[in-house]
Amino acid sequence: MSAKQDIIDRIRNATGGSSITSEIEYESINRHYRQAGILDPAARIELFADRLADYGSPVYRCAESEIAPTIAGILTERSKTGLLVPRDLPRIWLPDGFYFFRESPDYHELDSSEGVLTDCALAIAATGTIVLRHAPGEVSRALSLIPDYHLCIVFPSQIVETVPEGIRQMASFSTLPITTISGPSATSDIEMTRIKGVHGPRTLEVILVT
Amino acid sequence: MSVRVGEAATAPEFPVAAKKLVSNAQIRQNVRRATDIIRNKRARVVEEVDDWEQLRRAGHEIKEHVLRHLDFYLQQFEAACTRAGGVVHWASDAAEANRIIVDLIRAHEATEVIKVKTMTSDEIRLNPALQAAGITPYETDLADLIVQLGEDQPSHIVVPALHRNRMEIRRIFSEKMNLPELGYEPEDLTAAARAYLREKFLRVPIAISGGNFAIAETGSVCVVESEGNGRMCLSLPRVLITLIGIEKIIPKFRDLEVFLQLLPRSATGERMNPYNSIWTGVSPGSGPREFHVVLLDNGRTNVLADDFSRETLDCIRCGACLNACPVYRQTGGHAYGSVYAGPIGAILTPQLQAMQHSQSLPYASSLCGACYEVCPVKINIPEILVHLRGRVVEEGHAPIVERLAMKAAGYALETPERLSLAQKAARIAQIPFTHDGVIRRLPGMLAGWTAVRDLAPIPKQSFREWWAKRQKEPRL
Ligand code: SF4
Repeated sequence: MSAKQDIIDRIRNATGGSSITSEIEYESINRHYRQAGILDPAARIELFADRLADYGSPVYRCAESEIAPTIAGILTERSKTGLLVPRDLPRIWLPDGFYFFRESPDYHELDSSEGVLTDCALAIAATGTIVLRHAPGEVSRALSLIPDYHLCIVFPSQIVETVPEGIRQMASFSTLPITTISGPSATSDIEMTRIKGVHGPRTLEVILVT
Repeated sequence: MSVRVGEAATAPEFPVAAKKLVSNAQIRQNVRRATDIIRNKRARVVEEVDDWEQLRRAGHEIKEHVLRHLDFYLQQFEAACTRAGGVVHWASDAAEANRIIVDLIRAHEATEVIKVKTMTSDEIRLNPALQAAGITPYETDLADLIVQLGEDQPSHIVVPALHRNRMEIRRIFSEKMNLPELGYEPEDLTAAARAYLREKFLRVPIAISGGNFAIAETGSVCVVESEGNGRMCLSLPRVLITLIGIEKIIPKFRDLEVFLQLLPRSATGERMNPYNSIWTGVSPGSGPREFHVVLLDNGRTNVLADDFSRETLDCIRCGACLNACPVYRQTGGHAYGSVYAGPIGAILTPQLQAMQHSQSLPYASSLCGACYEVCPVKINIPEILVHLRGRVVEEGHAPIVERLAMKAAGYALETPERLSLAQKAARIAQIPFTHDGVIRRLPGMLAGWTAVRDLAPIPKQSFREWWAKRQKEPRL
């Protein structure tokens, strides 16, 4: 007998069940937890910024028309000459005077790069979470991971308040690869001391468009 | 089918191992310090969630629903994952899972793999099986790396090297990575691990991962982590092999909205862990080109067969019950002789092995109830412990373990603070006799246990509890 049939048989013996589920039973699961947010948009954005600050991620605020000069300012301050970007990132956001390479498929090139600039699919205020969707043309998994510096642009319309609201939006693209990011890479494995930056980008910064 | 849970079948009984460890002051101090920190962090972020109880309830109900229809959901997962280009394998036991994984790696003629934290792989002793086949596994989670390079065993399900302090870690890294000048700060040690592993992430073509949640509806897998080593393993290599216990299935994508709130707050005391990766089969032009899932039974269907303790399989491996447990905090994880330590280990390990090994583990508890209070999916561990003690007696193993068992409970009873915990515990232990007026447990065990501790008869409230409550109540 195949292992699959074996396991299925043992399960049915154990539960006395059959190979059906009950949608009614599933629907009757108690979900009295908070689903929707209660904050007004301004408070929601503040909460998101607050959570990011808690993770030690600097937040820069600017108007939509100011994205390019804001990026120029950050790069100058950080003495960077340019960043990698995903293929479909709008050109209008990129300031002159710096290089912006459309993503490189070579891991070693990503590794020796100065960092990466991306946008995001959505963000969750309650947990300070940025959600990346990895469709073709959008930021790839390697691009958002290997460089040591990640600068991410978030629009206020992309921010939801609660985790359930965030997951429901993610459900609409659930079969694409998804990464959620809440602060920079970290570990507490050594004496429970939180250290920023193990393998993912050691620095995560956010441009919050106002 | 031959179930194997790490080295549990041949490990010394709990009290024997515990006695040795309790006398190791260094380990005790490391464990206590670390668990204190996580407990406080957890308490802070759980308190701020006003719907925490509702989330726990939903988490519990979702898991119970899945277990009742596990055959259906596993097959739904298989169909969806296959449609998305994944390959699903089924493994009845540890040996079969190891064979499947070794064969997959050999088919690619690879001699190295990178691994991202999977307790399940420790359960099936995958690393020794790989090494025997000439394949070198590199653990990439920082704590797992400490355990692997230190030729040690994990002692905690979330923070496996929690029994090590920075001096010990520094010694291991400096020796094994050949870094005589390595500093002592956690930052130095973390940076050393980053440099050591980066080259492997960029080069090694096959990765092995575990999975926190497998979503039946979509065939997706979700991995929850902090360091980014998970993302490295899940997205850079050409081939990804994911080993998942059959109980890790959740019905729908939306159920993540419950578990991604419960898990990070309970596990590391964070509102959200730094990274979650969710993927479905293979995606053209991005991530692994080949994706295999190995669905593992290895005794889980034994657990499923006992209606009373089935909820053991609800566990999302957050580790909160370990951090809360006065016995674990006293002995550390190695005393449990299993990759699964602490209260969850005490109920899971013997059940996986159909109660044929590790029979002393259900006694490795003072039944104080702290584990149940913190469990994000409301597993009633104290009741299950008592139930399993009954099964140990039924199986005729009692004479071997009973004498030892008394000592196990004793570790939690050394100070007055713990005495009050034990009194609470003894009341829980009495519940089975009065519940519905039906005697469901064997009185012999409990009589013995309470007699040793001289705790019977036990009032509904101890003086201490009564006094504490009285102080809080407004006096009119
Ligand atoms: S039993 Fe509960 S508290 Fe313990 S590890 Fe599992 S989910 Fe966490």
